[in-house]
Amino acid sequence: MVGSVAARIGLRLATAVVLAFIYIPLALVVLYAFNTNLVPSWPIPGLTLHWWERALANPGVRDALLSSVLAGLGATLIALALGSLAALAVHRYRFFGREAVSFLVILPIALPGIVTGIAINSAVGTLGLGLGMATVIIGHATFCVVLVYNNVIARFRRTSGSVEEASADLGADTWQTFRYVTLPAVRSAMLAGGLLAFALSFDEIIVTTFTRGDVQTLPIWIFNNYRLANQAPIVNVVAVIAIALSVIPVYLASRLSSEAASAR
Amino acid sequence: MPGGRAAAAGPDRLHMTAVSTASATPSPMRRLAAFFHRQPRAALALLLAPPLGWLLIAYLGSLAILFLNAFFRIDPFTTDIVRQPGLQNFERLATTEVYRTITLRTLGIAAAVTLTTAVLAFPVAYYMARVASRRTRGLLVVAILMPLWASYLVKVYAWRVILAEDGILNWALAPIGLKGPGFGDVATWLVFSYLWLPYMILPIYAGLERIPSSLLEASGDLGARTWTTFRRIVLPLVFPAMVAGSIFTFSLTMGDFIAPQLVSSTQFIGNVIYANVGSSGDLPFAAAFATVPVIVMIGYLLLARRLGAFEAL
Repeated sequence: MVGSVAARIGLRLATAVVLAFIYIPLALVVLYAFNTNLVPSWPIPGLTLHWWERALANPGVRDALLSSVLAGLGATLIALALGSLAALAVHRYRFFGREAVSFLVILPIALPGIVTGIAINSAVGTLGLGLGMATVIIGHATFCVVLVYNNVIARFRRTSGSVEEASADLGADTWQTFRYVTLPAVRSAMLAGGLLAFALSFDEIIVTTFTRGDVQTLPIWIFNNYRLANQAPIVNVVAVIAIALSVIPVYLASRLSSEAASAR
Repeated sequence: MPGGRAAAAGPDRLHMTAVSTASATPSPMRRLAAFFHRQPRAALALLLAPPLGWLLIAYLGSLAILFLNAFFRIDPFTTDIVRQPGLQNFERLATTEVYRTITLRTLGIAAAVTLTTAVLAFPVAYYMARVASRRTRGLLVVAILMPLWASYLVKVYAWRVILAEDGILNWALAPIGLKGPGFGDVATWLVFSYLWLPYMILPIYAGLERIPSSLLEASGDLGARTWTTFRRIVLPLVFPAMVAGSIFTFSLTMGDFIAPQLVSSTQFIGNVIYANVGSSGDLPFAAAFATVPVIVMIGYLLLARRLGAFEAL
């Protein structure tokens, strides 16, 4: 369809413009993290590493980083267990309400996060419980399940069921087939889903705002500090750390998925 | 592999005897496995119980409590929640001018953002799916995927810095005598479009990639021009994917309260909900307002399902 040279050039140009639109703001944040000036105005007068020392020595930043990692790990582990079980059930069995299960898994990410957040907040308040790390993890796990579920069920669909039948024919029982055939086939999909779940949890702010109590995650720390003039350069440094820590797992996850796709 | 099997016939037979002796005195694990093999319903129940239990109790249960709260009210003197059901919150929502404006603003910006991202996403997705080489395509997918996950708050913050009075946009526009939009609804629209763009590009790309080339060739062979092929073949086939992307652009815009707070002074549904949660707020009213995005999104999801968007997710 795209026969004409003009159309090809036009598409290439449009892609380049959109990529620039996506990356320039991110590049700017990285640049500001090395800004010698206290206020983020443009053009910047010079570059320095001073704010990095200040940020890494800041106890608030270190605590927030630790909380984010803890919440991310907790949510990822729960999402891994729940998402894999749901994927196995929906893939393996035909049952009444099968469609409803996949709908229910998608729902927490399809409805606005603020709804999940305020729902957990009001439930905890109504039941007379307290907010804290546990409620943050519960909130995050709820919308992370879909990431593991989607990755694992996609892998199941690509894996031939005949391998499991062969395993059974060779005398393996259900448990052995699961342990030596099914699990190895989906392991890298689980890992990819888990990495995405961690990245999503690490970056989340809306559900966290309503479920955190006095827990401070990295995004919450940024949100509470961006207004304070003397913190601005440190906020830029933390922003760069936040970008790196959510992008690295996603990069690894996409590597895992593409390796699995090309190995087939 | 089959050759290797045949060569290893000896050890295999040994293994078979080992298995048959094992089944004579089955281990608890094997007995359990055999039970679940004979009772698929029990196995299914065991698999489904944890994820379904979690989503039903932690998620739908919380939602139910939230909507129950929407019918309660707050005591103006003690700020305690009075558990007497009534429709007063919904009446207040429907009759107060400012909440109608906020709802319309939120829905309007959500629709504008969805349209903008679709227009921006299409050429990129098309280039990725049907023009770029295999290698470029892989690189582009990663290039679009990574910023999707790169800290949401940092991206909003970046735009706050860009759009500021002494920011880079005004600096770049000054020589040609122009000025950036500053903070306000235009800035919010711009930032949302920026934030959700990858959510639109990826499903459209996947949808375009699924269209067989032979269809487009057939259209060309039958005399259709590029534009006709695009309008009559490509667009209808990729439409479900666009709807799938719009679920995210629409839903994410409707629930957001951070971006408006950072780059605008106008209120969105999310801002009102946020302001009413906490010790000084009115949780029943916030709960009532939260039903608006839920109802809109459930309607949207049902429509999207009818348009075939779920297969394109």
